[in-house]
Amino acid sequence: MAVRKNQATLTATEKRNFVNALLALKKSGKYDEFVRTHNEFIMSDGDDTDRVGHRSPSFLPWHRRFLIQFEQELQRIDSSVTLPYWDWTADRTVTASIFAADFLGGNGRSRDAQVTTGPFAYSTGQWNINVSADDRPYLQREMGASVRALPTRAEVDSVLAMTTYDMAPWNSASDGFRNHLEGWRGVNLHNRVHVWMGGQMATGVSPNDPVFWLHHCFIDKLWADWQRMHPTSGYLPTGGTTNVVDLKDTMRPWNNVTPADMLDHTKFYTYDR
Amino acid sequence: MSKNVTRRVVLRGTAIAVAGAALAAPAAMAATRAAMPMDHTGMDHSGHGSHGPQPFDEVYQGRRIVGTPVTGGHEAHHGGFAVTIDGKELHVMRNADGTWISVINHYQTFADPLALTRAAVDKLQGAALVPISTR
Repeated sequence: MAVRKNQATLTATEKRNFVNALLALKKSGKYDEFVRTHNEFIMSDGDDTDRVGHRSPSFLPWHRRFLIQFEQELQRIDSSVTLPYWDWTADRTVTASIFAADFLGGNGRSRDAQVTTGPFAYSTGQWNINVSADDRPYLQREMGASVRALPTRAEVDSVLAMTTYDMAPWNSASDGFRNHLEGWRGVNLHNRVHVWMGGQMATGVSPNDPVFWLHHCFIDKLWADWQRMHPTSGYLPTGGTTNVVDLKDTMRPWNNVTPADMLDHTKFYTYDR
Repeated sequence: MSKNVTRRVVLRGTAIAVAGAALAAPAAMAATRAAMPMDHTGMDHSGHGSHGPQPFDEVYQGRRIVGTPVTGGHEAHHGGFAVTIDGKELHVMRNADGTWISVINHYQTFADPLALTRAAVDKLQGAALVPISTR
């Protein structure tokens, strides 16, 4: 069984293998298909329209499936690779090892926010931004520029304590665990991390930054942690909800997988703790 | 009514005044919207559309930004407002609480499309918007 680990605990070899798999997927063109798919859902998921990937109960199972598909592509290149997760409550500064040159590279430079260190710097010629809303071809980051601080462990715990998975109107206005984790309401966890990173991570084409996968892997782990804390709280809604993916409805774009299929992550992988 | 007049005056004020108002405004604007009687623009009663955001057409940081209410097309599903920067479409969306996001600032909410568009101009740093290719 594949084990997803905290990125801070990876060995130098594990980091190198992960980076090399990312670079190979990018070179093949398959990486950019994930960016494109994500942006299509970002642009079509609306609070009063059909919504699947975001601002809806299926935010969590949709991203779980999306990450599994991405991880499988990496494993086709190197079967030893699993997605690591970034616990941004613990590794919360620009100088954290996750942003070192041997892993994801650092912050963007002040002039144009361009990332100039690490394997994803434009100058390497291996990480051009192809699927984008603007014409800049380089990875950008402006860490901490738009919001001062990443969420704290206490803020995460306050959201994990919420007992109801999601609530009507099943969108960005909802109360409950899902929307507080997503961040449209309350202390703001997931959304705030995107904003803190800046650059492409703050946009609809956020998977252009490899940190996207490590961020969402931690969000996925928090869902698993929440399930363990609230074993009697299930996915909601369970049927007949307009514009919303109910428990046993299939999710686009796969059309053969439901939230119910995604509830137990241990069928696919486990976490290191 | 006086709140609405105040808001319109503010929106046509200086850039600095608008930016300040925009940051502080979401709760106040939502309250204003809820308190106002229906006007005669013929918008629906579902909570979106009525007293929609003000149109704008200005040069901000050297970029021409234009925002226009629309009733048809895909913009109508995203809050009924279309925005361009130097003639290129900025994809925007209205949230259920009346705040706005764009494809450039997707995870951060803004009080109205003008504040949202100015934030996109800041983030673009002179870069041009391009249509994102779809399959």
